[in-house]
Amino acid sequence: MEEETHTDAKIRAENGTGSSPRGPGCSLRHFACEQNLLSRPDGSASFLQGDTSVLAGVYGPAEVKVSKEIFNKATLEVILRPKIGLPGVAEKSRERLIRNTCEAVVLGTLHPRTSITVVLQVVSDAGSLLACCLNAACMALVDAGVPMRALFCGVACALDSDGTLVLDPTSKQEKEARAVLTFALDSVERKLLMSSTKGLYSDTEQCLAAAQAASQHVFRFYRESLQRRYSKS
Amino acid sequence: MAAGFKTVEPLEYYRRFLKENCRPDGRELGEFRTTTVNIGSISTADGSALVKLGNTTVICGVKAEFAAPSTDAPDKGYVVPNVDLPPLCSSRFRSGPPGEEAQVASQFIADVIENSQIIQKEDLCISPGKLVWVLYCDLICLDYDGNILDACTFALLAALKNVQLPEVTINEETALAEVNLKKKSYLNIRTHPVATSFAVFDDTLLIVDPTGEEEHLATGTLTIVMDEEGKLCCLHKPETGTSFSFF
Repeated sequence: MEEETHTDAKIRAENGTGSSPRGPGCSLRHFACEQNLLSRPDGSASFLQGDTSVLAGVYGPAEVKVSKEIFNKATLEVILRPKIGLPGVAEKSRERLIRNTCEAVVLGTLHPRTSITVVLQVVSDAGSLLACCLNAACMALVDAGVPMRALFCGVACALDSDGTLVLDPTSKQEKEARAVLTFALDSVERKLLMSSTKGLYSDTEQCLAAAQAASQHVFRFYRESLQRRYSKS
Repeated sequence: MAAGFKTVEPLEYYRRFLKENCRPDGRELGEFRTTTVNIGSISTADGSALVKLGNTTVICGVKAEFAAPSTDAPDKGYVVPNVDLPPLCSSRFRSGPPGEEAQVASQFIADVIENSQIIQKEDLCISPGKLVWVLYCDLICLDYDGNILDACTFALLAALKNVQLPEVTINEETALAEVNLKKKSYLNIRTHPVATSFAVFDDTLLIVDPTGEEEHLATGTLTIVMDEEGKLCCLHKPETGTSFSFF
């Protein structure tokens, strides 16, 4: 597939700053990930996609308030702080989406009556923010050693008015697009865990297929990044 | 005896019904609850609608007020939705600031308005750069029995269709707005988005219009909003679910 060769080379070498032209609907921006940067949280990760950067910290499994405890599994909480201003209703909505994605993969039944808190801080937003938040949350959960049944990744795609698909859109591409779709996919069978869309569109299948193909590269990046980290020690 | 089984093993109880392709309230898997709409019941609001989907009741009231437009969009008005889930509708909600569910529902309605272009914001402009209409849409749930998003979308659409705005002219001498309450006109509603919610059971079964109990037992939910041309405005799949390959 045309996509494979493109992204193969681009996954490391591309310095996508949004102004560099990309092939129609194939390449993702440059990824970077750093783990274990913060000393207080049990796990932390910083995920960069082009110029979009999100810092995530995970506390858990830890003590939970009696009002929030669930008798047979862990209570997952997600806090998303925007770069500027106080968190509002849009952040609450995104927190719910990220929380439900995490709940689908985290093995909460192994830690009943505990709480696992994921805190996300937006460092810079240059498009595909929700996808970047999902990736950062996954890497932070892995760093914290929270048991999960699969890894997950976020992929965003934008559909512009003539139907061309662009993966991992920049802010400019998102603004000009007719619709922006964000999918969360799991690593075992590339199944859809969460989907959030904005705008008017009619061809979901094509977008989902492109996102599933792109997710392979994201998972490969996770694997390489973790291999690099653990091979040092 | 059935009541005892239902309390102890609610999911198994439910599965027995699903095996026969029906639900405890007698509906088929693809059947909606009885829907009732009452338009224009609130006389103090500029537009209102009450929607009942089975037991789920949502009332929407729209009030129009004046506002100054923002400098980067001088000819655009505002539509401000707010969903309120008071303790009245269900025991799961406490009084105080809006909880997560209410905030998520408010954001969902704001997204539906934005994505489906139900109203062109330019239609709400009275005088570019000086005066625009702002429509405050307050949705209050009176009875929570599942499928709140569909009911809210429907109530909002019905209330907006009921809104009548008076004619406003700007007096050039005094630069004040003069409202003519005798001459009112309806809003220009461009599209009619309709929301449909599904609950997913055991990764395979899709159930339409879930009740409160069904939502609680389901492994996930999915809401799709479509307009008349069959274009999707919103695909909201927030819950834990397992995966889905659909369409």
